[in-house]
This record gives sequence, structure tokens and C-alpha cells, in this order.
Amino acid sequence: MAGPRAIQGPAMTDPLKLERRRRAIHGWLLLSPALAMLTVFALYPSVATFWTSLWSRGTRRNPSEFIGLENYRALLEDPTFWKVVWNNLLYAGVTIPASIAIALIMALWANSRIPARSFIRTAYFTPTVLPMIAAGNLWLFFYTPSFGILNKIGALFGAPSVNWLGQPDTALWAICIVTIWKEAGFFMVFYLAALQTIPPDLKEAAEIEGASRWTYLRRIVLPLLMPTTLFIFVNAMINSVKLIDHLFILTKGGPSDSSKLILYYIWENAFAYFDRPAAAAMTIFVLIVLGLLAAFQFLVLERRTHYQ
Amino acid sequence: MSFLELRGITRDWDGQGGVRDISLSLQRGDFLSILGPSGCGKSTLLRLIAGLEQPQHGTVVIDGRDVTALPPAQRNLSMVFQSYALFPHLNVAENVMFGLKVRRVAARERDRRLSDALKMTGLDGLERRKPAELSGGQRQRVALARAAVAEKPLCLMDEPLSNLDAKLRHSVRRDIRALARNLGLTVVYVTHDQGEAMSLSDTVALMNKGQVEQVGPPSTLYNQPATIFAAQFIGEPPMALVEGPLLGLREGLTVGLRPELIQLSPPEQAHLTARVLDCEFLGSETLVSLDHPAGQGLAVVLPGHASQVPGDSVGVILPEQDRRIFDTHSGRIEKASQQNPAALNRQNTAPRDGQTAPEATEPSFDLNRTTS
Ligand SMILES: Nc1ncnc2c1ncn2[C@@H]1O[C@H](COP(=O)(O)OP(=O)(O)O)[C@@H](O)[C@H]1O
Ligand SMILES: [Mg+2]
Repeated sequence: MAGPRAIQGPAMTDPLKLERRRRAIHGWLLLSPALAMLTVFALYPSVATFWTSLWSRGTRRNPSEFIGLENYRALLEDPTFWKVVWNNLLYAGVTIPASIAIALIMALWANSRIPARSFIRTAYFTPTVLPMIAAGNLWLFFYTPSFGILNKIGALFGAPSVNWLGQPDTALWAICIVTIWKEAGFFMVFYLAALQTIPPDLKEAAEIEGASRWTYLRRIVLPLLMPTTLFIFVNAMINSVKLIDHLFILTKGGPSDSSKLILYYIWENAFAYFDRPAAAAMTIFVLIVLGLLAAFQFLVLERRTHYQ
Repeated sequence: MSFLELRGITRDWDGQGGVRDISLSLQRGDFLSILGPSGCGKSTLLRLIAGLEQPQHGTVVIDGRDVTALPPAQRNLSMVFQSYALFPHLNVAENVMFGLKVRRVAARERDRRLSDALKMTGLDGLERRKPAELSGGQRQRVALARAAVAEKPLCLMDEPLSNLDAKLRHSVRRDIRALARNLGLTVVYVTHDQGEAMSLSDTVALMNKGQVEQVGPPSTLYNQPATIFAAQFIGEPPMALVEGPLLGLREGLTVGLRPELIQLSPPEQAHLTARVLDCEFLGSETLVSLDHPAGQGLAVVLPGHASQVPGDSVGVILPEQDRRIFDTHSGRIEKASQQNPAALNRQNTAPRDGQTAPEATEPSFDLNRTTS
């Protein structure tokens, strides 16, 4: 393509400039599918959501009208919203560290020389491949008062029957446990993969230098796992805002909002109360928080992480 | 008393690979090379000394202490890995000082040793670099510096130069020798490169298929190989081998001779007539490879630039006093009386030929030199 055009001679364009333009066009062509997808599926919905959040809720009698940031003000005054935000913070604060720690411990164990290693790895991974609905029903069975396995076991030791999902004190914790159960196995697979990229002679070198297993773990393994930890952390963060399916099956956000998380509340606003502008405002709020978190992670944590 | 002693060490994996019944001993301050082809068990032997591998039989004694059951850290040694095994997230200084920090060496002492080691290995100025930002030779030096700061009396090295290019190999080789001398280290150095082993070490242990073929100073291995394997493995070019009957010996014997001791001659005085295969000009001399149906690796070294025409027939003299005679079947040296007496007197007074006599059933070798 460049050939015939280059023949047009130096009078019009020199070949270097032509080549540069050709490369630029080439680059844009390669980028365009991704750009189109991102625009259609990410950028446009975000902008549309923001636009929606600036309008009032339309009813049959009062048609929707532009009200600026009014929806956001209402949101800040909504006690349920704050309850849900607090629930979500608690939920993230418990499940993220717990599932990462458990994933790491399981990975270290599954990576060492133990009998039936591949069986154990598969067993860890099962919760992740189990469909959400199936997992939800399974735990529903665990948690059911009097029939549930937890209470059956409790009864053996004479403990009273507890309605784990049915009382405000325990509902959110019960949800947290299901999440940890599901996430830990998933994250373990990443840790396991990362552990297997660490050359075994590093351990031997550390051993000869007199490092204990704990020192080796702390000074060599954990720093080398940092990129994986960061990746998992970001994923867990996103998942903690994304959780909704367990709530549908296990608690429906109740009792009295005690296990309601933000996405469930957004869904409720949009499809149960048909208050789409309120749901849109909340969505924008979540987007901003997630954006800030991502910026923090990639600007601050990234710099302290060693990539090979 | 010997500093490092292996007694009947055996380690294999379901009868495969590994090492079998190895006994060696080494004086303090000695530089021992373990030489052998790839897969002969050199690394396994080194790892057994280090304690990274446990022997099924035998004992390891370091400095008079039986360390067979002790973990690596308690064996008072340092090791340089073939892959260097540098910690990728730590910079040069942190890598070198890792062990010192683990062992809680005081900060002042640590800094002193670090700067000494970096100076010795020519790494000053690179303290803050990560291994990924270093060249192969520099990484190699970091691995050496890490072993040096440990200030352990015994240092094990597993093919430390195999990842370097030829030129670098020469300079780092010299560094290793200097380092070992300066620090008074006892070194066990694994290599598959016979040139490296010959030039670096006081003693070479030649291994084959998990067993020791021959132990001795480089000159002994070169001049008096105890087996056909040793004769063919050591030297560049290796020993030429000729079937015994061709030289008037009985069936079942093989005669070995260093190419530089072989001479060309007019056909009427020659022991045998061979065909010229190829001429390699090496600068100060020319290596002429010869072909004979009953010979293997026949060659002569001629001074300067010689021009033999490939395909020509030449007469060859194999001087009788320089011949090494092996049993073709067992591969062992056949008769002591026919060996080069001058070389024997020069090398040592120990009855080294006794160990290589055909009746020897078990290979057990002693490095202890009789001269002090
Ligand atoms: N961990 C192991 N498991 C099974 N076989 C091994 C192991 N380590 C070494 N071997 C075998 O032992 C033999 C010697 O290996 P090695 O000592 O690494 O040889 P070298 O270092 O001389 O090249 C090889 O045949 C190898 O396959
Ligand atoms: Mg090896």
C-alpha cells in the first residue's frame, strides 16, 4: 500500500511522513474494536446513568423533569442508604482479608508435598465452579433452623436452635461466611499458580543461608506474591460491591435491612420501587468510589510491588 | 585430617540416576572439581554435601563432624547455584546480605563484609540494582558475593559458569580462583567442562554414571588416565585409542596415547598407516585428525602451520614409553609396568596404579596426598 503512494514523489509528501501516517492509521484500526466495545458497553451506560440521575422520577401525573443534583441530596438523607453502605463496608472489611488469608494458607498447603494433592486442589476449587444458585441453596440448607446441618450439629452438643439467616444479629455474618467459602477457593488458584512460578532453588538458597520456613515465607514468598495479592485484592473489592445473587436466595436483604448490600438496594430501587433516578444516583456513587479505589491501588500499591 | 569426607554415599531414585557408593576426602583449603558429563550425578553429589538431599547410605563428615542428619544451615557452608538463585525482588545489596540479616550479624559487621565482597567481585556502584537489571556476568558475581560474605569455610559451586559466554567464563573463572585463595576457602566445584576443571582445581574427581572414575591432581588425570572413559573425557583433543593387536599386543587390550605424543614418520618406520581426515589450524600448532579402521580419535599435533592433504596416507609412530594400555572390556588400566615411568615419578609416589589394577572390585578413592 505504501509502495505505490511513495512513488508519487517527494514533491507531495516525503516517505517518512507517509510511513508514520500509515502506522497511525494501522494503530487506530487495531484499537477500534476495543474502543467500540468499551464505548457501547461501558462508556455509554455510565453517561446514560449519570444523565438519568439528574432527572426526577416520572409518574403518570408528574412527568420526569430535570432537577440537577436533587437525587444525590435525597440519597445522602436516606438512612437506609447509609445502613446499606455501612453493611457493605463491614462485608468487604470482613470477607476480603479473610478470603485472601485463607486462600494463601490453602495455596501454601496445596503447593507443598502432600498426598492426594490434586484431589485437594480440586476440592478447594469446587465452590467456585458451583453455580451461585446451587451454592446458595446448599447454604440455605446448612443454615435452616432446626433441620439445617449447623443446628443439627449444634443440637448434638445441646446448643439451642439458631435462625442464622432470620435474625438481624447473624444474617450479615452468615452471608460473609458463604462469600469467604466461595472466594477463598477461587483466589487460591491464583496463589497456587503464582507459587509455582517461584523457582525451588530460592528456597534452597534461603535454607543454606539459615532462613527458617517462616523467614522464607515472609521475606521471599510474600513479596513475590505481591502482584497476585494486588490482583486478588482488586477483584475481591469489585466482588464485594457486586454481590447480589446470594442475597436473593438467602435473605433478600433482610431481616430489616440487616444484610442488605448496595447492589441489592440499587436493584430494589430500580425494579421493586421503580425509582430509576435514585438507583442511577447510587450507581454513580458506587462508580466514583470504585474509581477512587482503583486509582489508589494502582498508583500507591503498584509502586511498592515487584513485578518480575 | 581431612576437612570434608564422604563415606560410601549413595542416593538414587528407584534405582535410577543419582550417585552410588561415593567416597572422597578433601583437605582444608583445597579446590576440588567434580567433573563429568551431564546427568552423571554431579549436582546430586553436591546437594548431598549441602544437605539439600539426604543419602540412602553413607555419611558426610565436615570438619570432623558427622553432618549427615543435619539441615543445610547447620553444615557451615555456602553454595553458588547454577541458576544463581538470586531473590528477584531484592537488590544486589539485599541479596548479598540476606543470610547475614537472617543470622542477625551486627549492622556494622554486615556493612563491612558487604563492601568487601562487592569490591572483591567488582560490583561497587550496583548495590541498588535488582537482578533483572544486571547482565549474566554481574548476576554471577552477585551469587559469588553472597557466598563470600557468609565467610563459611566450605563453598559449594554448581556449574557457576555454564550460563556465561566463553570470554566472560575465563574472567569469572579467574575471579573464583582468586576469591577462594583470598578467603582460604575449601571449594567443591561442579563442572562438565574439563578445561575448567583442569585449570581451576588442585584435585579433580571424574564421575561417570553416578560413580567416581578417577580422583587426582589434573596432571595425573591428564597423563595417567585410569580408565578409557577418563582418557576420552579429559584433554582437548582427548586421548587417541588404538586396538591392541594392531601394535602386537594381545586381543582385548586397547592402547591410549595423547595426540601431542604421536609422531608422523616415513611409512617403513611407522607403527601404522592412517589416512588424513582433516587439518585444524590452531595458531601455534595444527591438529591433524587421522582415520584408521582400528583407531579412535587418532590425531597428531604439528607445530606451526602444517598442510597435510586430506585423503593422503601417513605413517604414524606411537612411542612405546608413552602408551597407556587398557583392558578393552572393563575399561581399566591394564599393566602398571608399561606406563610412563618418568611421568609417574614426577606425579606422585603414592601407589596410584594399585587402585586402578584390574582386580580392584570396589572403587574407593583417597585424595590424601602422601606428600605434605
Ligand atoms: N529429584 C530427582 N528425582 C529423580 N531423579 C533425579 C532427581 N535428581 C536427579 N535425578 C537423576 O539423577 C541423575 C543425575 O542428576 P544430576 O546430579 O542433576 O546430574 P548432573 O548434575 O551431573 O548433570 C540424572 O539421571 C537425573 O535424572
Ligand atoms: Mg547439574
